[in-house]
Amino acid sequence: MGRITTTRLSWSVEGRRLLDAIDMAAPDGKVTGLLGPNGSGKSTLLRLLAGLRRPGTGTVRYDDVDLSALGRRALARRLAVVEQDVTAHHRVTVRQVVELGRTPFRGRFDAPAAHDRRTVDAALERTDLTGRQHRDWHTLSGGEKQRAQLARALAQEPREILLDEPTNHLDIRHQLELLDLLTSLDVSCVVALHDLNLAARYCDHLVLLRHGRVVAAGAPDAVLTPDLIADVYGVEVLVDREPATGTLRVTYLSTTTRTAAVPAPRPGPG
Amino acid sequence: MTTPHETPARTEAPAPRREEAPVRRGRVPAPALLLLAVTALLASVVAATLFGSADVRPLDVVSTILRHTGLGAFAPTEPLPKLLDALVWESRFPRVLLAAAVGTALAVSGAVLQAVTRNPLADPYLLGVSSGASTGAVAVLLLGIGGSVSLSTGAFAGGLVSFGLLLLLLGGGRVASPSRVVLTGVLVSQFFAAVTSVILMVGGDANSTRGFTYWLLGTLGGARWEGVTVTVVVILAGVAAIQFSAPALDAFTFGWDAAAALGIDVTAARVRLMVLTSVITAAAVAASGAIGFIGLLVPHAVRVLAGPTHRSLLPLSAITGAVFLIWVDVCARTAFSPHELPAGVITALLGAPAFALVLKRLES
Repeated sequence: MGRITTTRLSWSVEGRRLLDAIDMAAPDGKVTGLLGPNGSGKSTLLRLLAGLRRPGTGTVRYDDVDLSALGRRALARRLAVVEQDVTAHHRVTVRQVVELGRTPFRGRFDAPAAHDRRTVDAALERTDLTGRQHRDWHTLSGGEKQRAQLARALAQEPREILLDEPTNHLDIRHQLELLDLLTSLDVSCVVALHDLNLAARYCDHLVLLRHGRVVAAGAPDAVLTPDLIADVYGVEVLVDREPATGTLRVTYLSTTTRTAAVPAPRPGPG
Repeated sequence: MTTPHETPARTEAPAPRREEAPVRRGRVPAPALLLLAVTALLASVVAATLFGSADVRPLDVVSTILRHTGLGAFAPTEPLPKLLDALVWESRFPRVLLAAAVGTALAVSGAVLQAVTRNPLADPYLLGVSSGASTGAVAVLLLGIGGSVSLSTGAFAGGLVSFGLLLLLLGGGRVASPSRVVLTGVLVSQFFAAVTSVILMVGGDANSTRGFTYWLLGTLGGARWEGVTVTVVVILAGVAAIQFSAPALDAFTFGWDAAAALGIDVTAARVRLMVLTSVITAAAVAASGAIGFIGLLVPHAVRVLAGPTHRSLLPLSAITGAVFLIWVDVCARTAFSPHELPAGVITALLGAPAFALVLKRLES
């Protein structure tokens, strides 16, 4: 487990500032949810946290080590990334996909060692894919593909995992299963989510983004307030607690007409 | 059934995991396949050397090879007469060896290009790398560009330029769709073919033009030791160096970001692989002209048997490519004897249907 922090993290592309002085912290061993409307910078932030894009300014730290001081391989030995909607260009089996997770640990010529095989077996077991390990990746359902990517991430024996909208395209059952699995892991997770109720139920800590800036951060009941949601998403909501379980519940009432709520100013007719 | 089960399902022991009819790939263990491939290669080298106007026995071939490589003590038979010995050692054997080396280079190039462009239809010939290498070779020979620069260097430069052009047109780091990669390859290939034609028209007389046209179709005729040795050494070194990048090639399966997140330095790996592929393709083209489709045929066939993991895919493709081209060349020189077919014509006859098959599988 490890803590991820950013200080004054900014990133621009073609003069547009997509992330603006982000200060955030993902606590050790907790699930941190990244929230915000489309284009608020969730995916971009995840790419910077993963070291896949170089920060314009500011820093990303893993525990107390600056990301730029960690080598790519050293980073891959502690951090796993689950991207959105990945595709394979040739036929691979589920097991071969999961074995990719051992890449940062293996030498250039090494065959998978006993420890590699055990780790892959355990990751397959954990994600309930043992019976499907010889299946062709292309024949899997969306939920199974997502689970296979998570198994690959687990095979990296990570201390931190970053996930970009892992519940996309999954039915309710698979969404819950995936997040149940995620919260049961002994790792720090940063996960971009669209569904506020899932965020309320599964995240220990939330970071709310708008136009590449942090609007609010903290425990779910501090972030998921009607005012903040109306302000950022432009939706009037009712927030209460579900009587049986006591988890926070967000009920959508209507879209608001407040000017501040319009997600992105778009020039055009009308 | 008259009484339905009342017991709630969740109190039962978890149902045994159902054994799904698995689409298993790579079921044959790689070491066994490798051993088989090496045996096939050695047998093919000896067998292919037997074909020709004068009859030679297999053991004589083995003896001749052993004698000339300083292992005469192990030779199983008496030396051949001088003339036959020269025929085997100076003419037939170098040609077989060249076929093996060229087949290796093209098959490995194909496997690498398929991973680097993330496109199952990639092949050095189809992507225009062979075409660019031909242009470089012809430019050096006919126009005398670069003075003392050798034909191989010209081929290498041409291969690198065409590969660079291909990647530039594909837009650098982004992942292009398979059809876009292939169409861009056609474009690059046609462009360099046109440049080659211009050079031939301007720089060559009728005789050299005919010779070059034949060479451009891909032929292993005229293999001589001095050229073959260099080609074999360059190709073996290049293929060995590519083997170092096997983990990177695997990691490319889900794209550049996924590979980077697995600790691969993607830019460095792609540049390295691009240069190495150009080197071995150029060495092959300089020695034998542009022989197509091997890079498509061989890696796909090997993947079906041994799976897509490059650690075994690369060496198996290398050896299978060698065996394949050795036998293609045997066909080329015996099928219409005494006339010889260009080997490239035969690989195209076999490769075009294979291309159609891969295309069909890609769409399903």
